[in-house]
Amino acid sequence: MVKEIERYGIPIVHMATITTISESVGANRIVPTVAIPHPVGNPSLKSEDEKIMRKAMVKRAVDALATEISEVTHFE
Amino acid sequence: MSDGFKVLYYVNQFFGQIGGEDKAGMKPEFHSEKIGPALGFEQLLKGEGQVVGTIICGDNYFNENKEESLEYILNLVKQEAPDVFVAGPAFNAGRYGVACAEISRAVAEELNIPVVTGMYIENPGLDTCKQVAYVVSTSDNAGGMRKALPAMANIAYKLGKGLEIGSPEEEGYIARGMRKTIIVEKRGSLRAVEMLIKRLKGEEFETEMPMPVFDVVEPALAIKDLSKATIALCTSGGIVPAGNPDRIQSASAQKWGKYDVSGRDALNAPDFYTTHGGYDPVYANEIPDRVAPLDILKELQKEGYIGNVYEFFYTTTGTGTSVSNAVKFGTEIGKELKEAGVDGVILTST
Repeated sequence: MVKEIERYGIPIVHMATITTISESVGANRIVPTVAIPHPVGNPSLKSEDEKIMRKAMVKRAVDALATEISEVTHFE
Repeated sequence: MSDGFKVLYYVNQFFGQIGGEDKAGMKPEFHSEKIGPALGFEQLLKGEGQVVGTIICGDNYFNENKEESLEYILNLVKQEAPDVFVAGPAFNAGRYGVACAEISRAVAEELNIPVVTGMYIENPGLDTCKQVAYVVSTSDNAGGMRKALPAMANIAYKLGKGLEIGSPEEEGYIARGMRKTIIVEKRGSLRAVEMLIKRLKGEEFETEMPMPVFDVVEPALAIKDLSKATIALCTSGGIVPAGNPDRIQSASAQKWGKYDVSGRDALNAPDFYTTHGGYDPVYANEIPDRVAPLDILKELQKEGYIGNVYEFFYTTTGTGTSVSNAVKFGTEIGKELKEAGVDGVILTST
């Protein structure tokens, strides 16, 4: 899905935990995430802290969309 | 049997009969018994090999703690010193396939022990290990176990006995990208001319040198000004409105859905939940934004960090979904996003 959407020339960032799969499906912008059942969450944190963490990750993803790249890039 | 060759077996929590998604977080364990497919496997070794134990690890644990898991498993393999290592088969299970592939590669490359595993041709783990392991081509689901195990056992038997392994076609494994010198009756020029004639006649012919297919999409240009950009949110994590109105399948998705989220601040419970059948849904059902973070995108919009969040949220289920369907979904969704003038997309996966 990532690759086909990007084929239209729209930058796309893949947020996923198993980044080897992200690469094998052809994602160019990759943000590694926390865990498979809660990629952008962490139930072991207090809810405010979890939100802060999620915000940092999503911001990183948005920033990745505004970053020129020429090859597969992990934004960590 | 004591003189036979030794096989060590790897399975996930499910095939290791520990449990389903609720146990996917278990650490790797060694059992000296034969468990799950390992049990039937030994019977297929013609009495000449024995399975000396089963390593079981949760799919989530392995993928989330790859280095630690690999180190632990490699140490176990070193201790047991099998003649052949067997993993899976993983069919089309993504996390299990990646685990089998990473372990297979490490055992083959670092310990120099021959490895047999089994996967469906679209398994995302395949490319990691097919050059160093014998990967038997399986069906996409566990219904193919009865066909996969004998093929895997046959290769393991030959490896254990030091016999030569035949071609991928003969043995049922996925081509490893190696070339082997063989003697054929007709010389090359003759074969090439025969192929050419067939081609000119429009008949079917089989190339002796299939070219690899590379389909790489270049990175799209970056967004120039985020504060004016419209960002769309998309997920393969199966987040849907409560009741799953479009009945998106919980696995092997045949369709995707889009839902108007322009009036929402978050994808909160109980209005949304996950229909994905491939991971433990507890955390996503508590707070669906943990999978598809609409809450944060809306905050960033309010703060003016991004211009807008696209009014529709796109979703499907990414477990067991065929590559052909995923391509179709991506093409359809991308077309809509392009026409809507969306500037960038966040796609989350579980």
